[in-house]
Amino acid sequence: MIKFFKPNKIFAITSRAPKYVLFLFIVVLSIGLTEALILSPEDYKQSHAVRIMYVHVPAAWIALGTFSSLTLFSIGSFVFKNKYFSLISKSLAPSGFVFNIIALITGSIWGKPTWGTWWAWDARITSMLILALFYAMYLLAWRIYEGKEHVVKITSMIAILGAINVPIIKFSVDWWNTLHQSSSVNILSDTSIHISMLIPLGIMTAAFALFSLLIFLMKYNTELIKIKNKGLDRL
Amino acid sequence: MINEIISMNGYGLYVWSSFAFTLISFALLYFVTKLQLSKEQSKFVSKFGSLNVDKTRVARLQSSNKEILSSTSKI
Repeated sequence: MIKFFKPNKIFAITSRAPKYVLFLFIVVLSIGLTEALILSPEDYKQSHAVRIMYVHVPAAWIALGTFSSLTLFSIGSFVFKNKYFSLISKSLAPSGFVFNIIALITGSIWGKPTWGTWWAWDARITSMLILALFYAMYLLAWRIYEGKEHVVKITSMIAILGAINVPIIKFSVDWWNTLHQSSSVNILSDTSIHISMLIPLGIMTAAFALFSLLIFLMKYNTELIKIKNKGLDRL
Repeated sequence: MINEIISMNGYGLYVWSSFAFTLISFALLYFVTKLQLSKEQSKFVSKFGSLNVDKTRVARLQSSNKEILSSTSKI
């Protein structure tokens, strides 16, 4: 299983996949945008402002999912002493960070017409900001300690510490009295969102996930070629 | 119809700016990542080209090097 993550095996796939993923992303995004901006109904309370949900919610989900995956691969690099796991973690971070920023900015824009303010130091919003800071620290650590022996240890520690914040983000709306609404889409319990809004939300989430995959593949190829460049220097 | 889509009952500025910010962020991230990839690929090709015959033979033994070369041939 671990052998599958070795660059020699995986590069054959990752070098060819981006063009297909890009094509699929454009198709799914076009359908998603049409649904989200034109076809989906307006909300009886929030009117058209509800459409911001179609970019805000998927961005937040992908940011959280990416950080969780990044942490799992960081733990994997510790447990299995496999440097390719840390390469995967490193390649996941840029898209996760951008999705986190998108979630924060679009959330702020959504806050103005619904809450009357651009920002509130509310548990959900603050914990999302902390996640963005962990992403920034993780990316900066790779940049600062690149090529040094302890880079994997430092970045893995940042990822593991940041992962403590992930369940806090998820349950912040239940644990504290927050301005942010509680979850409308639940896997284990009833979903309170109407199907006419759930479909565009699902399509936009699929589009965002494809974009995240596209950036991951391109970043992974870049990191791999960087290693091979160093290998050529040593020949 | 078009005016309704643009104004969105007065929420147009909020909705359109959210979508625009998202799409611009996507485009920026894509082009920056693409640029970094192209830069590393060009570096690899020029380094590979500067190797002598023996080193080239050794480098060609690695399947991943061959994969990189075949993928960069399309740049």
